[in-house]
Amino acid sequence: MTSRHPDRRNVIVSLATGAVLAMTSGIRAETADMEAAIRSFTKGGLIQTGKVKIDISPLVENGNSVSCGVGVDSPMTAANFVRRIALFNEKNPQPDIAVFHLNPRCGEARVDTRIRLATTQHLVAIAEMNDGSLWSDRIEVIVTIAACLEE
Amino acid sequence: MATALLYMPKTARRGEVITLKAVFSHPMETGYRRDVAGKPILRDIITTFTCRYEGVEVFRADFHAAIAANPFISFTTVATSSGQVIFTWTDGAGKSWSETAQLSVSA
Repeated sequence: MTSRHPDRRNVIVSLATGAVLAMTSGIRAETADMEAAIRSFTKGGLIQTGKVKIDISPLVENGNSVSCGVGVDSPMTAANFVRRIALFNEKNPQPDIAVFHLNPRCGEARVDTRIRLATTQHLVAIAEMNDGSLWSDRIEVIVTIAACLEE
Repeated sequence: MATALLYMPKTARRGEVITLKAVFSHPMETGYRRDVAGKPILRDIITTFTCRYEGVEVFRADFHAAIAANPFISFTTVATSSGQVIFTWTDGAGKSWSETAQLSVSA
């Protein structure tokens, strides 16, 4: 967990890569861990903003169990559907939250779950369509009682 | 120990999009906590959830440690014909638990 305390060099590196990401993909990923997790999901594809919406309370009292939904604007037909939706966090010990695998039989692209949030941070959702295009949403959640800290 | 609760309609019309919800009783131990003696508590999480309807996988989720204890999942499917809906949870060690519901679909 000590590796998650950024030293100055890491901060500079992540700011630099964040700036590059912001230019190339239109989305700003703060920590190197989350960037790496997103890259391993997208395989470096171009991420566009839109179509995806994270549905979560902006102010959370207890990070141990937070209702979190994600919806994608898609007709979910055989010709046009969402293949996968991934959820990432910025400051938990691990950047991955979940990956949902969908298909036209879902009818709608909407999934809800409950997640843990270690602290106030950003969440990123990325949807991969059947044509391979990638869409994203990003939201900040303020957490007053953190998860992962209780003994 | 492991118990599942399913929330879904018993009946639906053909072509209707129905919402299926499931809660599975499981600690989703992250592996980042320590016990009172200071020893790390080993990670023990559900890593995969699947839903099969008429023998076809209609939804799958990969979970990580950031999913809360007693994992809850809600998703949708199109009612196509009457049949069994099988929910399966698998943990990191490969152990799995299944729960079955019956869906009756009218024209």
